[in-house]
Amino acid sequence: MAPIIEVRNLTKQFGKGAEMVTAVDSVSFAIEPGETVCLVGESGCGKSTTGRMVAGLLEATSGEVIFEGKNIKQLDSAAFRRYRQTVQIIHQDPYSSLNPTQTIRQIITAPLLRHNKVKGKSAAEARALELLEVVDLTPARDVIDKYPHQLSGGQRQRVAVARALTVDPKFIVADEAVSMVDVSIRVSILTMLARLKKEFDVTFLFITHDLALAKYFAWQGRITVMYLGRIVEDGPTQRLITDPRHPYTQALLSAVPEADPELAHHKREIELRDAEIPSLLALPRGCTFHPRCPYFVAGQCDVAVPPLEALPEGGRVACPVRMGERISLLV
Amino acid sequence: MGFVRGFFNWLGTTLKLMTYNKAGFIGFLSTCAILIICLIGPFFIPLDTKTKLDNIYQPPSAEYWMGTDHQGRDIFSQIVHGGKDVIYVAAVAAFLSTFIAVGFGTLSAFAGGKIDTAIMGVTDVFLTIPQFPLLAVLAAFITLNNLTFLGLFLGALSWPALLRAVRSQALSLKERDFVEAARALDLGTSHIVFRELVPNMMTYIVISFTLALTAAVYTQVGLVLLGLVPVSGSNWGVMISFAWTQGAIFFRDAMWRIMMPILAIALFQLSVITMTRSLELAFNPRLRTMV
Repeated sequence: MAPIIEVRNLTKQFGKGAEMVTAVDSVSFAIEPGETVCLVGESGCGKSTTGRMVAGLLEATSGEVIFEGKNIKQLDSAAFRRYRQTVQIIHQDPYSSLNPTQTIRQIITAPLLRHNKVKGKSAAEARALELLEVVDLTPARDVIDKYPHQLSGGQRQRVAVARALTVDPKFIVADEAVSMVDVSIRVSILTMLARLKKEFDVTFLFITHDLALAKYFAWQGRITVMYLGRIVEDGPTQRLITDPRHPYTQALLSAVPEADPELAHHKREIELRDAEIPSLLALPRGCTFHPRCPYFVAGQCDVAVPPLEALPEGGRVACPVRMGERISLLV
Repeated sequence: MGFVRGFFNWLGTTLKLMTYNKAGFIGFLSTCAILIICLIGPFFIPLDTKTKLDNIYQPPSAEYWMGTDHQGRDIFSQIVHGGKDVIYVAAVAAFLSTFIAVGFGTLSAFAGGKIDTAIMGVTDVFLTIPQFPLLAVLAAFITLNNLTFLGLFLGALSWPALLRAVRSQALSLKERDFVEAARALDLGTSHIVFRELVPNMMTYIVISFTLALTAAVYTQVGLVLLGLVPVSGSNWGVMISFAWTQGAIFFRDAMWRIMMPILAIALFQLSVITMTRSLELAFNPRLRTMV
């Protein structure tokens, strides 16, 4: 199947001269329709920047975002409109993603009317109520005439999802969509998003810093791990969780707390050589993870950027130090 | 019918919100009163033009509410007739300067790049020019005898400070997620500007409008007082100017004649400025839902 969205060598730099920062460095991946992909990494690793470039809200410094087989910069206006409506974004902060001066009715009906999804105001209202029900804001009549400040964070996030659904998107970038929502309602929002995946046939790019969340949301999908602007590993979630290849992925996994005390006791801890993340302004040469990596090989890791290599079990990893060598290094 | 009811609902809510701040509400009522007196009053109170030599420089009394002038004419009738032009010119000036500032300020913030540089360059130049001396010099070359033209003229010189403020507000607002969401939803630039940005700046714009209004009143009266604008008809500025040139400040008896137009101007300005406190509340959606 042709990918719904593909990015090739996507790079984003901010600033100029000595202050220049490469937030995203030659990132490539393709997402098939129906897939669920999680982009995981520490804050500042470029995952949100990647998400915004995929959604066409931020222009890449170089590289391309491919939609319907074409670079989005080269789409004609009709195709670009199609792209805009196919790809939607859900922001992290539900307190700034809804205009405080508009009622929920105005927020939801504006895109419906603008893109002629419905005819007339009463049809728009009916559709808005329907969408609010879809995101579990019930009874929708009680919500529709409220202002955002009258809703809780979780409710606002649901409104943001309903707004994204107005244009019948097929691909949604969920940028830390539940990280600012109370823990108690996180799961219900995730369940709702998972339901949309099936009911509306939506493909998700789920961006999060929380590997446990990624594991929960994309168990049947894929996880892509980013570190300082580069992809270090990706692959099917189940393989990546049970058999992580990149030392950074291993470190992330070992940091996820286990509920089962038996498991927690036997879990292998990865000892990083350095707890500090290097500054984007002064990235280490070669593999950017080498100053922290427990398997560091001098003269190899600090020389050249390791390429992402395909694994026979599926996925890719950017670490030249093979498993066998690693064990000998630790002993 | 639904529309009419909606409008009255909106009006009711707005008025109720305005009562939340007592000082602001008094300012609002007093502004309304002054507007009514100045706009409708002249139809009921004829302008006293008859010279009555036995009646000059009378203090306020039951017959002459604000006393009489050097020709024994009723000052109150002159005050009633003299407000309309002052307020009209100030309103034209405030509308034009707010329009320029909001329009080009948001454009500057949105377009960025060369357009932003150009607009900011022009704004900086205008900010550097001392406005009053410029007006004084220009008034020597241009005959400012048309009220609308005078208003436009004042407005065309008083937008730069507001433009800068609007630009900086728009710059911060356009980075908000809801603006990005509107872009992702392809709602169009005019929707983003007029539905997403401007409503969030409305309080600020309205308050700036009233401040521009008061500034235009003072500039206008100043120009009249200096004799730079041809004096014609009766207007508060002209009244001060006449009283001044005829040495009213040296006569104790002439105090009412020069004080009354000054008081009228001061009261109007005070009312408008205190009214802004209530306007602030009227545009706040948080309060709107508490009513």
